Amino acid sequence: MSNTAQQEMAQQNGSPAPDPIEKVSIVISRGSLEGVYPGLIMANGARMEGMEASVFFTFFGLDAINKSKQDKIKVATVGNPGLHMATWAGAIPGVSAMVTGKLGKEMEKLDIPPIPEFVEMIADSGAPLYGCKASVDLFGLSDDDLIPQVDSVITVGEFYEMSAGAQIVFT
Amino acid sequence: MSTVTYAGTPVEVDAEGFLEDPAQWNEQVGEQIAAENGIAELTDRHWMVVNYMRDSYLENGTAPSIRTLGKASGVPIKELYSLFPKGPAKLAAKVAGIPKPRGCI
Repeated sequence: MSNTAQQEMAQQNGSPAPDPIEKVSIVISRGSLEGVYPGLIMANGARMEGMEASVFFTFFGLDAINKSKQDKIKVATVGNPGLHMATWAGAIPGVSAMVTGKLGKEMEKLDIPPIPEFVEMIADSGAPLYGCKASVDLFGLSDDDLIPQVDSVITVGEFYEMSAGAQIVFT
Repeated sequence: MSTVTYAGTPVEVDAEGFLEDPAQWNEQVGEQIAAENGIAELTDRHWMVVNYMRDSYLENGTAPSIRTLGKASGVPIKELYSLFPKGPAKLAAKVAGIPKPRGCI
């Protein structure tokens, strides 16, 4: 439902229209292609609507801002019922890369950028990117392992602090 | 749908203020829509984006994605957001007198 449709409905019901969302904090916690894209699309979409947005990359989601890994993110072909593929077939070497390649081509047709370009686009839109400190420590990473667009590596406490007034979206 | 008069030109707009018919648009209409949406003055850089949006819509029937806008309009993404802080694609489309872009990217 569009914002205006919602407002019209609220007016008819006599209740005040809900406030529009002004700020979102997106958490990306997974490292598969299908785990990373939704959060990126939501962050970019928020900025496109003129909302404030930030992205917090945690656990395997960190791969999306890891220099050496962000262009190697693949579709999980094992144990992924959405692919409607036998688990043994998804485990065959090369299948994950093939499915990722095919999906990438389809996305390019829709003008959806590859992950490294998409992350850069979101940073350019003015949304700060944060790495999760616990995950950076866990994987033995340093700032140099992350792409230069990353604003900083922050604790979960700092994440909540900077999310004041925001809707937190966990993906 | 309602009728609004911009710069002496009556135009039909949808509930969110996007022109229903791009043919009713002219530059003065664009300037007034911009002013109404917080852009007091359209600079040459604004016009580069607005004209690109409009030409692209009139040619293809759809507004370009923000990605294409950043690559092909001559204005990079960082600057797009400083020119149109409340959403470049949406606002530039409104100023350009074309329908609201419906893409997710």
